[in-house]
Amino acid sequence: MAVFRPAVGDRRRKFKSHLMMLVLMAAAVLGSLPFLFITWYVLQKGLGAVNWDFFTQIPKGPGETGGGVANAIIGSGVLIFLASLSGIPWGMGVGIYLSEYSTGRTARILRFAVDLLASVPSIVVGIFVYGLIVVPFGFSAYAGGIALMIIMIPVVARSTEEILRLIPAHIREAGLALGVPRWKVILRIIVPGSRAGILTGVMLAIARVAGETAPLLFTSFGNQFHARGLNQATASLPVQIYTFAKSGFEDWEQQAWAGALVLVLFVLFINLTTRLLMHQRGAKGHAG
Amino acid sequence: MEEVSGGILDMIGKLMTKSSRREKRRDVHLGDRIFYYSLKASAWTLVFVLLLMFGLILQMAWPAFQHFGWRFLVTNEWNSVTSEFGALALIYGTVVSSLIALVLAVPMSIGVALFLNELAPRWLSTPLGFFVEMLAAIPSIVYGLWGLFVLAPFLRTYVQPPLVDHLGFLRLFEGPPLGVGMMAAGVILAIMIMPTITAICREVFRAIPQSNREAALGLGATRWEMLKLAVLRSSQAGMLGATILGLGRALGETMAVTMVIGNNPDIKVSLMASAQTMASILANQYAEADSPLHLSALTAVGLALFLVSLTINGIARFVVWRVNRKYVRGH
Repeated sequence: MAVFRPAVGDRRRKFKSHLMMLVLMAAAVLGSLPFLFITWYVLQKGLGAVNWDFFTQIPKGPGETGGGVANAIIGSGVLIFLASLSGIPWGMGVGIYLSEYSTGRTARILRFAVDLLASVPSIVVGIFVYGLIVVPFGFSAYAGGIALMIIMIPVVARSTEEILRLIPAHIREAGLALGVPRWKVILRIIVPGSRAGILTGVMLAIARVAGETAPLLFTSFGNQFHARGLNQATASLPVQIYTFAKSGFEDWEQQAWAGALVLVLFVLFINLTTRLLMHQRGAKGHAG
Repeated sequence: MEEVSGGILDMIGKLMTKSSRREKRRDVHLGDRIFYYSLKASAWTLVFVLLLMFGLILQMAWPAFQHFGWRFLVTNEWNSVTSEFGALALIYGTVVSSLIALVLAVPMSIGVALFLNELAPRWLSTPLGFFVEMLAAIPSIVYGLWGLFVLAPFLRTYVQPPLVDHLGFLRLFEGPPLGVGMMAAGVILAIMIMPTITAICREVFRAIPQSNREAALGLGATRWEMLKLAVLRSSQAGMLGATILGLGRALGETMAVTMVIGNNPDIKVSLMASAQTMASILANQYAEADSPLHLSALTAVGLALFLVSLTINGIARFVVWRVNRKYVRGH
């Protein structure tokens, strides 16, 4: 082996080592560039188009200047709300079941199912919801919300499970020993004790679905106006960005960048806050 | 003496937790039973959703399979006017764009992970690690926008002309430099899967005992030899798992690819040419399908994508699971 060779090749070995260190450093620098480039361009191109109208007006006709994406921002909010309404409790339920009740083979099967659901490409979720909801009922906010919900559940479930696993068994035992029913132990002691962690998982899941485009393309579809109800085709920010980006009109392209800026800021804000939250908790030590 | 009593206490503890687990179905409280069964239902409904997803998509795709049979997978005609649909070009586009992404991203990610874990001081590894991790948070539509308006023009102006001039004799780099096309898709996918691969590699490297590194250095290894002997060699399986998971992400990625690949279902050797992937054709045509057969053929593509990503992710879990088991046994 190379390391046992006598000192003849030492200089070459050291040179090679130094060279490789430089290569690794270059890789790390190169690897952090894309994030900086992307945020820089989004900031630079997006800031120019962000103004009051952008948030309050609906899109003008193709080629006209002005207008905004108020309908898409509201639409995104509605879709995320619909998805969270059922996706968060459902995902948390699955996570609690996996960590508190299920052991052995069933746990492995369920965990595998959660992992598989998380790995389904989001466009395939779109096809599923298209067949399930859109074919009988047409494009609607409900359909988009359900698609986002399916994407959300495994994310929330996995983070909830991981967080609850950190809580030592003796806390559960202490509660049970006092005669508290198990469901109360879980809902009043275990879950509140890991509030911050669960909240982090939920926020990250929201950030994740806020940027999803593919599953909305043929479920909530898109709308150049405000949707008149939840059973109507509904605009969303990501789909609006997509429509604008491929339109070929300069003003719309500008607004696509502005939309991207709003999305990126939202996602980064959530990621940073959750990091801060977790960091503070980590610094305090295990709250247990 | 103390040890013995500790052992006994341990045993009693184990027995108690075991019996409490066995008896949980005899919970006396009604609330407990309701809580337990509703959680159980929520978990098993997920399995049902997965099966329903497969069943429904299969049902919608069935007409296309019936009409085209195996031809669907081996022909590359995609024409909604003549209603001839074959997915070969899409499969080709998906495989090649993902392979380009892996070729670029895997060495990069391993390098980044090595540097951040093994070499960089904390003040440097924290921000650099943050930049790489945040790549995973950026929505794919933003990648698409950036790819279309920044990356593609950059490739068209600065990267592709010299490649055509100097390496044009390779068929990989012939044709007009368009910017959008297979190359742009590969590059953007590489950026998108880098955080996944890097994160898993970092975890794998972290699991290696510090003493292995010290042993290598103690035997006179240089730093690079130490990394090779103590770190890389014992994490091959983990790095493989990371690569497969990255592949899984690349195959299913839709929006960013749709916006930069040019959307032309055709098999061309040149990486400059525009192409089409399974996911991107769905984004492009699904909402505007002309005929039931067209829709069914698109759904069949979706089904193939579904099955491929399930398989790839299953394999990756299996590899990672085996690595974990090895570690649990080893310690």
